[in-house]
Amino acid sequence: MSEVAQHYPPGQHPDMPPPAGQRGVLLWLRTNLFSSWINTLMTIVAVYLLYKIVPPLLDWAVLDAVMNAANRDECRQLGSGACWAFINDRFSILVYGFYPAAERWRVDMSFILLCLALVPVLFDHVPFRKPGLIFSCVYPLIAGWLLLGGFGLQPVGTDEFGGMMLNTVVGVTGIAFSLPLGILLALGRQSHLPIVKSCSVCFIEFIRGVPLITLLFVASTMLNYFLPPGTTFDLLLRVLIMVTLFSSGYIAEVVRGGLQAIPKGQYEAADSMGLKYWQSMRLIVLPQALKISIPGIVNTFIGLFKDTTLVLIIGLLDVLGIGKSSLADAQWNGLSNEIYVSIALFFFIFCFGMSRYSIYLEKKLDKGYKR
Amino acid sequence: MGEVNAAESKTPVASAAGDDDLIEIIGMHKWYGDFHVLKDINLRVKRGERIVICGPSGSGKSTMIRCINRLEEHQKGQIIVDGIELTNDLKQIDAIRREVGMVFQHFNLFPHLTVLDNCTLGPIWVRQTPKAEAEATAMEYLSKVKIPEQAHKYPGQLSGGQQQRVAIARSLCMNPRIMLFDEPTSALDPEMIKEVLDTMVSLAETGMTMLCVTHEMGFARTVADRVIFMDGGEIIEENEPEEFFGNPQHDRTKLFLSQILGH
Repeated sequence: MSEVAQHYPPGQHPDMPPPAGQRGVLLWLRTNLFSSWINTLMTIVAVYLLYKIVPPLLDWAVLDAVMNAANRDECRQLGSGACWAFINDRFSILVYGFYPAAERWRVDMSFILLCLALVPVLFDHVPFRKPGLIFSCVYPLIAGWLLLGGFGLQPVGTDEFGGMMLNTVVGVTGIAFSLPLGILLALGRQSHLPIVKSCSVCFIEFIRGVPLITLLFVASTMLNYFLPPGTTFDLLLRVLIMVTLFSSGYIAEVVRGGLQAIPKGQYEAADSMGLKYWQSMRLIVLPQALKISIPGIVNTFIGLFKDTTLVLIIGLLDVLGIGKSSLADAQWNGLSNEIYVSIALFFFIFCFGMSRYSIYLEKKLDKGYKR
Repeated sequence: MGEVNAAESKTPVASAAGDDDLIEIIGMHKWYGDFHVLKDINLRVKRGERIVICGPSGSGKSTMIRCINRLEEHQKGQIIVDGIELTNDLKQIDAIRREVGMVFQHFNLFPHLTVLDNCTLGPIWVRQTPKAEAEATAMEYLSKVKIPEQAHKYPGQLSGGQQQRVAIARSLCMNPRIMLFDEPTSALDPEMIKEVLDTMVSLAETGMTMLCVTHEMGFARTVADRVIFMDGGEIIEENEPEEFFGNPQHDRTKLFLSQILGH
């Protein structure tokens, strides 16, 4: 620090780097980890906790874990950690449920096609986006054909659906159909037409006032009373409808929040141009309102996806139901940690993916507003 | 709808005062609930006429011009724009809105669209103009308001004055017969007021029919064919600018002018 302060004539001061300790790693450490004694203490405590938690977890999940074994006792002999051999043994039923083994390629195929169908929806600037979007629109029909069979494929009943595949079917269908329905409901609630408005309000308030489980019970039992005797109305289809209606009520409220944030001037500018109602909604209002609503919409979707496990209550065996029944197997008794950690991981991957995508989308759409 | 005759409103109303009238407002009243905002407004605007409307805040001047393109609904009297009477008929409202451009105090550009897309949206969706043609027209008008180089930026990246000039260009792209200006410079810094006023002056020189609510008296003097003074929801006085500023007739007008020009 023997540097002598140097003076420059006015207007000729050159740009200089900040002094040592005010830049780079040292600065980051000081401002983020050791800025005050409380902060320093918290850093030390955090490091200690990590030291206590991470190594044992790593031992259990990876280092001492057993990947291949015939039953629980063999597992225990081979290692003290997690018995992933159990998951290995049960993997296909956890994923496909009771879907006939010879036809499981159809589930794989529809999942791969789902990923392909999502690309043009989720990202602009991909090659062949326009034909891609057409494919995305017809995808539900293709997936329905692949999963249910018929027209040349061996028919598979929905009672054979199960596991992660069932969660994904319910979740993806709910998400895909509740967004447009929710937007319509939100617009209906904002409408000046009294009948449209009161219908939307009643529907939304009813849905939000009733637990999803109740609706699922209604779907599984009570609908039979209302439908003419002898009608067979697929249970999975009823669940799909209920889940979609349920989350559309929530989406509607989230989107309404976005709609209310749009300044009146935007509507007036659109009106004064002579745009019709649907044009001004589609071109001006909704693009802005949906952008604001992204965090809330994705939040609802994540909730919906996790709620798909509730179908367990009305007797559909989703991944959680199959996991639970696997625990009863005498050969693998008592390995609940392994099962629940795996199921948690499955949900986490999907939900975390949605969350990251929403952040990406927010950043992308922010461009128009930055100065 | 008050006294407006439904049968009559379906057909264009033949103007008794001659074909030169682009806007006719006859005995128009408006209420907000019980509050009588506009009282017996009578106004005729000829093709190519430039009219400046001034008055204290709350005098109803903005409300009056917003009635002309049905952003506000009037409850009594008639408004006839380009031979079409304003009624609840959505088709007629849309037909009028296509011909009437409006520039707002707060610009109201669409923040999620680029400047160019802001300008082409109306022509493409309302007038069904092909995209390439709409873009060419938009660039032409953006050049006229002197910001063609900003075409691919977003409104949030422009200054207030630039945004307001984009808003003017956006309205002009619809090729309107009438332009309404609702205090276009009130939200701007002094330096930016001039660039917007210059744009409006050059627009006036093209012979556009203009109704401007503004406090810019210099603009009124140089451009206006007529100045209208409103107070308390009524038109108090209307005259040519020289007469209006040099020899105001009503005490209320004199007071207003002395306050606005006095410093």
